[in-house]
Amino acid sequence: MENALEVDGLTVRFGQTEVLKNLSFALEKGKALAVIGPNGAGKTVLFQTLIGALPAEGRFEGSIRWARDTRIGYVPQKLDIERDVPITAMDFLRARAHLHPRSSSGDMERVLELTGISAAAARSPIGTLSGGQFQRLLIAFALLGSPSVLMLDEPTAGVDEPGQKLLNELIRQLREERGLTVLFISHEISVVYQYATTVLCLGHGSTCFGAPTKILMPELLHEIYGTPLGYHVHEH
Amino acid sequence: MNTEYFLLSIAMAIAAGLVGCFAVMRRMALAADALSHVALPGIGIALALHIHPVFGAVAALFFGALLVWALEGKARVGTEALIGVLFSAALAVGSMTTSGEDLIEALFGGSGALSWPEVLFGVAASIGVVVFVVSQRNKLVVILVSPEVARTAGIDVRRLNLLYLEMFALTIALGLRYLGVLLMGALIIVPAATAKRLAGNLSGMLIAAAAIAVAATAGGNGLAIWLHRQTGPLIVLVATGCFLLSFLWDSRR
Repeated sequence: MENALEVDGLTVRFGQTEVLKNLSFALEKGKALAVIGPNGAGKTVLFQTLIGALPAEGRFEGSIRWARDTRIGYVPQKLDIERDVPITAMDFLRARAHLHPRSSSGDMERVLELTGISAAAARSPIGTLSGGQFQRLLIAFALLGSPSVLMLDEPTAGVDEPGQKLLNELIRQLREERGLTVLFISHEISVVYQYATTVLCLGHGSTCFGAPTKILMPELLHEIYGTPLGYHVHEH
Repeated sequence: MNTEYFLLSIAMAIAAGLVGCFAVMRRMALAADALSHVALPGIGIALALHIHPVFGAVAALFFGALLVWALEGKARVGTEALIGVLFSAALAVGSMTTSGEDLIEALFGGSGALSWPEVLFGVAASIGVVVFVVSQRNKLVVILVSPEVARTAGIDVRRLNLLYLEMFALTIALGLRYLGVLLMGALIIVPAATAKRLAGNLSGMLIAAAAIAVAATAGGNGLAIWLHRQTGPLIVLVATGCFLLSFLWDSRR
């Protein structure tokens, strides 16, 4: 199986602080990689580096190789957009459709249906959407670019439990039906266990990479997070 | 009132309304206002060198926009403070290099007759700004929601930000002759801030902002003739009146 992404010897520094140190891993196409680790371990910085959007004060060394013709759909954490900015969900999606010559109104309808964005939500200003609807909107936006890779930074943060399940199922469906490679950051160990095929854990000073069954052991998580972690695994 | 004056002020108002929408939505209303001060040293230097002051203002504003852009790219910490310091300094330098009446005219607009080249430059620049905002609005919207998402969607965020700031600077320069730099900042921000309160979507906001800016300009011109007062301050007062009225509209919704 061809690799979607190969990272070799990646080190990211902000001034004197090393946020990521000599990180190497490879991800096959069509797999789902979960990036876990405590706050401040560099999960978001890793994503920013991978998409070429490292903040100006950051520097990186090492190599990042995406497969040929990779198109990334990036879904950031909930943004701080003011409630009264009159840009509707539809304005935002139309803006994406205009950027992409391949998309058509048919695409738009399909994406709206797939992501379950209601007509009322599509007419609402972005700042007034609930956490779950906002994540759906960002996923819809990413899909309009016909991505081969979907990167999600804590897609279910600030979303209620039923909403979380729907979002996770949507992401799983996209991966299985469209063959997308998925990278996601999560704090929910049970979600990682259920939806990831591979886990990358970033801890203070140590990293690990492998199948969920190997990585998600209480002792290893204790080492990564620096504290015993209570979690339960849903067996399906 | 002269036809050319009217033509130019309407073109300028549309440009100001449109460019202001993104300034207001990007929460850079104050940075934008500070930027307008940079025109002053440019005017002072141009007058000292016996060049048309508009050229000095345009050059200084473009440089100011470049500076804001460069600061935006650096560490975020302290950018606002730096902008405040730099542009207060610009005001100080400007007031030293510009004297008496020239200074008042640069700040609040003058009443001198317009030459045709000035009118043509003004209308052409206004059209340029309008075309930029209308054609780039989709990219500007995506950057507004998330610069990172914009980058993965293939948008050159840094380049477009610079272009936007330069268009903003050009719009301020446009209003120099009638509104002055201080009042032109208001014609950019106030109609857009009003439109933001009234509109339900992006097109609505762009159209409303342009319409309010035009109405304020036409209304201000009319009032100025009627009251025998200077035009610039009246334009800004009409725009401010529209902004206050938008609260009434809001409370009825």
